[in-house]
Amino acid sequence: MNTNKEKNLTIQNVVKTFGKVEVLKTVNQEVRAGEFFTLLGPSGCGKTTLLRIIAGLELPTSGKVILGGDDITSLPAPKRQVNMVFQSYALFPHMTIYENVAFGLRSRKIAAGEIQRRVAYGLEMMGLDPMKDRMPDQLSGGQKQRVALARALVNEPDILLLDEPMSALDAKLRARVQEELRQLQRKLGTTFIMVTHDQDEALVCSDRIAVMNEGQIVQCGSPEEVYDYPRNKFVAEFLGAANLLKAKRCEGGVSTDIGSFTLAKTPEWHEGLVAIRPEWIRIRESQPEQNGLLATIQDIVYRGTNFDLLLSPGALRVRTNSFKHFKVGDQVWLELPAKELVVLGE
Amino acid sequence: MGKKLIIWHGDLTSRRALIQRGLTFLSGGMLWLMLFLVIPSLVLVALSFASRGSYGEVIWNFTVENYERLMGFSAFGWTPDYLYILGRSVVVAFLTTLISVILAFPLSFFIASRPPRTRYLWLTLVIVPFWTNMVIRAYAWFLILAPELPFAKLAATLGLVPEGAALYPSVFAVYLGMVSMFLPFVVLPLYSSVERLDWSLVEAAQDLYSSRSRVFFKAILPQTMPGLSVGVVLTFVPAMGTFVVPDLLGGAKYMLVGNLIQQQFGASRDWPFGAAVSMALMVLTMISLQLYRRRGEEIELL
Repeated sequence: MNTNKEKNLTIQNVVKTFGKVEVLKTVNQEVRAGEFFTLLGPSGCGKTTLLRIIAGLELPTSGKVILGGDDITSLPAPKRQVNMVFQSYALFPHMTIYENVAFGLRSRKIAAGEIQRRVAYGLEMMGLDPMKDRMPDQLSGGQKQRVALARALVNEPDILLLDEPMSALDAKLRARVQEELRQLQRKLGTTFIMVTHDQDEALVCSDRIAVMNEGQIVQCGSPEEVYDYPRNKFVAEFLGAANLLKAKRCEGGVSTDIGSFTLAKTPEWHEGLVAIRPEWIRIRESQPEQNGLLATIQDIVYRGTNFDLLLSPGALRVRTNSFKHFKVGDQVWLELPAKELVVLGE
Repeated sequence: MGKKLIIWHGDLTSRRALIQRGLTFLSGGMLWLMLFLVIPSLVLVALSFASRGSYGEVIWNFTVENYERLMGFSAFGWTPDYLYILGRSVVVAFLTTLISVILAFPLSFFIASRPPRTRYLWLTLVIVPFWTNMVIRAYAWFLILAPELPFAKLAATLGLVPEGAALYPSVFAVYLGMVSMFLPFVVLPLYSSVERLDWSLVEAAQDLYSSRSRVFFKAILPQTMPGLSVGVVLTFVPAMGTFVVPDLLGGAKYMLVGNLIQQQFGASRDWPFGAAVSMALMVLTMISLQLYRRRGEEIELL
């Protein structure tokens, strides 16, 4: 459907202030054509504002938005080849599904036959054909979302923006829709930029994730990079429960309250944090050769596909799918593998 | 077998008891409407088929004379005078409503965009004119439109009125009076719709390449229809029957159906003809509202 696959998006020194509040503090970011890019962050981090600036619904206080080499910073929303799936979907309640999907094409006064063809294709693609004559309030949340997607995509935008697209769906449906969204994006090859506060959603869907906090992009990279190698404490904590250890640099590694550990990379700081994901801590029968720790199980949390063990010292969380039965009070040997201990920056 | 028991909103009761209860609640209002609306209306219908005696008394002989007269037929041939008055009334009511709606939109958006605290101040300012009697407000316009004041002087300079003339009585003054009288009736219900406007629909329309007018007609107007409809009805219906404003600001030559009715029941003492004119007013109002409703549905469908 997309014809403009070479249009990269560049966010250049974008700053946005509302009154005295600085919502975005100098954001620079490149979004490559055809990728699924996600802005991930807690509420109030400025991710939605950034999305709205890309959509043309908000003007940046300073900075530039460049799409395919053209400066579109001051181009109003109706003139941008960018379409949005709104958080509430914002379907027109007084129009049928068909008319909702046709809305953008009618605005641009495209020939009737072409509108019919494209709307039919859009409805078909989203599996909405049987309900094209219904009104939005007769649809379920998932169906509404697909109408919103179809309504945006029939315009063949350079970029599709998605503002928290799953927030109105229940957890079960959400998991399915995440994968469908990913497949849809691959099939179309359109650039998708999604805003979310849900790390699972970001990890499942994205080619690249930009983690935002307090109006800045803290880290940007592939889901694996961001998840496995968080740059700082915020990213480590925001993307799933990480074990954080206060550490001091010493010969060959770090020393912490619960012992000394060898690291793959020597930290640049004297005192700082190292992190390790609960799923990377190994449980050993006997003392491992390196980075071993004898710990006592304080609590066991059953999570369906795995167990979380909470251990002392250090209030460590270990995720295991071992069939071995542990009891509270058991003593086990843990190994914190050197290459999984991530040194966090400021 | 006793009464069939049903549960209604957590209450164990029977159908008969429910109907009785409903009737009890309704009876007060029904009685009121019966006494003060239905019966007088029926009397009015009957009266419109009676005729006037030489001293202004009502003679109960069944005749359609009043309606013939309203249509312009008389012993001296046919004149469209009364039809003109009826037609003019519809036009004045329509234009008053239209102008009020056009003015009310920006005003409602302005008020809705104020911070909550000043918003109520603005709403109060809209309502303030209601605190004053309509006649007094009409006289206030006399003062404003007086020949010595800048408005009349400006109009004279532009050659719109002769030097030293007041801006009343005139058609302009009638509309000025009417719009100022009815504007709050449109603004208040419209404001309540505008305040609840779902702005994401407006943004969606913009995002989907809409021009400004398309945004208004497709995303804003349909959302404000509930309030707008109330405002239109509240303005159009009384504007059809109004007589104080056209009487004071329009002068004797600019007669509307309200003035005509007032005249028949007052000075002319021709109640049967007045009743016939009232019937015509009612029918015209109903037809107009019906047309408006149909038009409204069309807009919704667009």
